Amino acid sequence: MIDKRVKDMAALIADCPDLKDGAIILLGGFGDAGVAERLVEAICPLGLRNLTVVSNGAGGGDYGLGRLIKEGCVSKLVSTFPRSSDSKIFEDLYAAGEIELETVPQGTMAERIRAGGAGIPAFYTATAYGTLLAEGKETREFEGRQYVMERGIKADVALVHAAAGDRWGNLTYSKTARNFNPVMATAASTTLVEVRQFVDMIPPEEVITPGIFVDRMVEVGELT
Amino acid sequence: MKLSAADIAQRVANDIAGGSYVNLGIGMPMLVGDYIPVDREFTLHTENGMLGMGPAVPEGSEDWDLINAGKQGVSILPGGAFFHHADSFGMIRGGHIDISILGAYEVAANGDIANWHIPGPRPPAVGGAMDLVAGAKQVWVVLSSHVSKNGAPKVVDRCTLPLTGVGCVKRVYSDLAVIDITPEGLVVVAMVEGLGRDELQAQTGAPLTFAADCGNLKAA
Repeated sequence: MIDKRVKDMAALIADCPDLKDGAIILLGGFGDAGVAERLVEAICPLGLRNLTVVSNGAGGGDYGLGRLIKEGCVSKLVSTFPRSSDSKIFEDLYAAGEIELETVPQGTMAERIRAGGAGIPAFYTATAYGTLLAEGKETREFEGRQYVMERGIKADVALVHAAAGDRWGNLTYSKTARNFNPVMATAASTTLVEVRQFVDMIPPEEVITPGIFVDRMVEVGELT
Repeated sequence: MKLSAADIAQRVANDIAGGSYVNLGIGMPMLVGDYIPVDREFTLHTENGMLGMGPAVPEGSEDWDLINAGKQGVSILPGGAFFHHADSFGMIRGGHIDISILGAYEVAANGDIANWHIPGPRPPAVGGAMDLVAGAKQVWVVLSSHVSKNGAPKVVDRCTLPLTGVGCVKRVYSDLAVIDITPEGLVVVAMVEGLGRDELQAQTGAPLTFAADCGNLKAA
């Protein structure tokens, strides 16, 4: 019987060879909505090194991504907006030259992840043409307009936050806490999910992430 | 006389056709949502995955799963929809968003815009700005003041700050004027009552021409 549910965080991250030094990790969320923070907290004690984290933001405070960065696990951040009122940990390391940053336009980041998950190695977009963020990238004209070539992103691990999941790994999300989570779920060799609630079965018409993209998931309860 | 931010927002809202899909940038552009004319319906898009965005909700009653691009608690209107980030930016990149309304540090007579980065020690953060200016059918810029704090024009011949996009801005709304950016350069379509054309030109960094039916803007 297929059952992707596990009983706790320890079981979720146990025997997961993709959680390794140098891994590329996709972390969903936008602001505080839909961030798999409990999962990141579970990974911090592994003491991994040289992680590349792909995340819209740089984390806030010293919890979740902020803590992972503070504990020296992350050598590179791929992000659209690595600045917030409480992203001091990242900003200090960046100013000291101790962490690498790749700033990516938000739609380009989403599409790079989508492409990675869909087996597309690269694509062209008009976004960022003629700007600093296109420097060094191949450009090409199509139908009289200039486009920039961007590479797909394939990751080792995706950390996803979902509202509900069934034993087959089908997922639904809550409002704008969906954000990057469904695309990230498609683009990693191992997708780990924290789910607010396990349910018997998500009606097929309502499934947002089909279970094929999910490896394991743990129930974390409603957020307070 | 100058227009207030509310005056500018009201003028912008009045210029949006009913049925439009509109993305409002963080900050002053958000104000436009407060002045949607009662005789029109338009649909607000927020980059983090929602169409049909409604007003901000009072402090204390936020649902933190329901936020806008500025991470404020907002609401969703009947007919709205949620979707993931790749779909959200597919709508933008694919030209399905009719109007993107953003703030800017500089806008140039050739339609270039600089609004994302001032070189310095802080990490460069772009968010969705480059996608919006490259992808929306029309890009409008709102400037709470026509010139910077030290009096330098924000509407310039060529941008000096790092660009967000090239040749993409169609229209600028400031506290002094509404200016179209055309292949022939800057065309003033309306300006505040009592301001001389030479006075407006003196505060603008590129040559202005004036539409034959150039109108008056009145403060509320």
